[in-house]
Amino acid sequence: MKRLPASLVVNALLALAAAVALLPLLWMLSVSFMRPGEADSFPPPFLPRAPSLAAYKELFAHQGVGRDFANSLFLASAATALSLLFNVTAGYAFAKLRFAGRDRVFQILLGALVIPGQVAMIPLFLMLKTVGLVNNFGGVLIPAAAGVFGIFLVRQYALSIPDELLEAARVDGASEFRIFRSIVLPALRPILVTLATFTFLATWNDFMWPLIVLSDDRLYTLPVALASLSREHVQDAELMMAGAVVTVLPVLLLFIALQRYYIRGLLAGSVKG
Amino acid sequence: MKRDRAGWIFVAPAMTIIGLFFFLPVAAAFVLSLTDFDIYALADLGNLRFVGLRNYGELLANPLFWQAVANTLYFVVVGVPLSIAASLGAALLLESRLARFKGFFRTALFAPVVTTLVAVAVIWRYLLHTRYGLINYGLGEIGVRPVDWLGDPHWAMPAIILFAVWKNFGYNMIIFVAGLQTIPEDLYEAARIDGASALRRFWHVTLPGLAPVVLLVSLLTIAGYLQLFAEPYVMTQGGPAQSTVSILYFMYEQGFKWWSLGMASAVAFLLFAMMLAVTVIQLAIARRRGML
Repeated sequence: MKRLPASLVVNALLALAAAVALLPLLWMLSVSFMRPGEADSFPPPFLPRAPSLAAYKELFAHQGVGRDFANSLFLASAATALSLLFNVTAGYAFAKLRFAGRDRVFQILLGALVIPGQVAMIPLFLMLKTVGLVNNFGGVLIPAAAGVFGIFLVRQYALSIPDELLEAARVDGASEFRIFRSIVLPALRPILVTLATFTFLATWNDFMWPLIVLSDDRLYTLPVALASLSREHVQDAELMMAGAVVTVLPVLLLFIALQRYYIRGLLAGSVKG
Repeated sequence: MKRDRAGWIFVAPAMTIIGLFFFLPVAAAFVLSLTDFDIYALADLGNLRFVGLRNYGELLANPLFWQAVANTLYFVVVGVPLSIAASLGAALLLESRLARFKGFFRTALFAPVVTTLVAVAVIWRYLLHTRYGLINYGLGEIGVRPVDWLGDPHWAMPAIILFAVWKNFGYNMIIFVAGLQTIPEDLYEAARIDGASALRRFWHVTLPGLAPVVLLVSLLTIAGYLQLFAEPYVMTQGGPAQSTVSILYFMYEQGFKWWSLGMASAVAFLLFAMMLAVTVIQLAIARRRGML
């Protein structure tokens, strides 16, 4: 008799929380299909009277959002590739290879997690300016290429590779690179997906650093372009929502497809978000 | 010996990048904060002078800097407990034995976390619109007069906090869910047999079991919230009446609007010092209470 109301309360609260979480996103989607000016009325409409692609056409034809999308896609993909290249070898070596100074270096790396990234931004900006990488995709990518979090993530996972497996290969005369390629990489595959998802989402969503490094609007990423667009087009709710859809939808879909891997990384990395 | 070399070869590329593009700039930031690096030095390094701690002195005498510190602390002091409470509440609901469709609810509640901050801040700017926004419309339905959320200095920061809680609670929720799963079921059984109510079970079993997770989550959340930047940049541009200028927003304007890069570096270092102090204090309290 007491069971039913309790379960009703729990599920109703969950449904309410989910509605709060999703409503802004659904509203964004709905308004993006409204005609110019339609959202500015009272009471605020939930659904478009006649769905229209006007806002998307304006965005892609006149605001250059197609180019921003391509920039974001390129940068996020390139950062992901670089991060896989550099962090995975390092993470594996910190877990499984013995070399002088290994533990001390790793300690220093972990210590660096308390330093907020913004401390490095101003000198980094000046350094990159000297070598001509400001207003250049290289400037966005270089700091994203290797990171303590990625190394830590891979190391934690690599610790579980049995030493016997590696020793056996060494006894058979396999080189360290060969072992890495044919034993370690396949064993690390799940964490590689995690690292790739994390890096892609982080680079796609990043705002402050690309805002600082990129000043030419032809190089803007979606978040930077959207922020600048929103300062010029405050009145155009439909246009801005279409821009938000173009920015948010790809990462949301990617997350839904790979959420198992993403959540694993989140839990492993709760030493540093 | 061979493995020694292999190890170094494997870590060298990543270490070079991190050393060159993180550790070096951090050290340089400190040196920079002791200079008057400005737009003239940007044009010609000959104009650069060493000024000792003058930047820090000027900052501590600058009311706008203190305003930025106060705004950021307001965001942290109100926003972090609200965020953690929302995360914990959502986690408890998700982990309830009575909950249905857990997979769907977990994904739905987590969705705001993976969205692009700038894009959802833009959405919320419209939701918070005084005349056409859904939030005032909803409040109007229950008889509350329209609030000028982003235009009133008293409401702008609460509005940003509301937005930040919505955007972030899913992250800690996942960590709490994992934490809840480590609390042994026997403890709940024993409490139930002793006739403890749900509230008492939460107070005497769940909370003590979660204490280390709460500590971790609050450390991470405070550090994250101290780095407030994109929300005011997109939603309020620091206004109205500088009520949402955060420390990083102040740093960004000093550095990249006025090109006072020496001063901006000093701001970055003071933020770092604050984060370090908060972490040390929290760990000390935790240690005294026997949580570590």
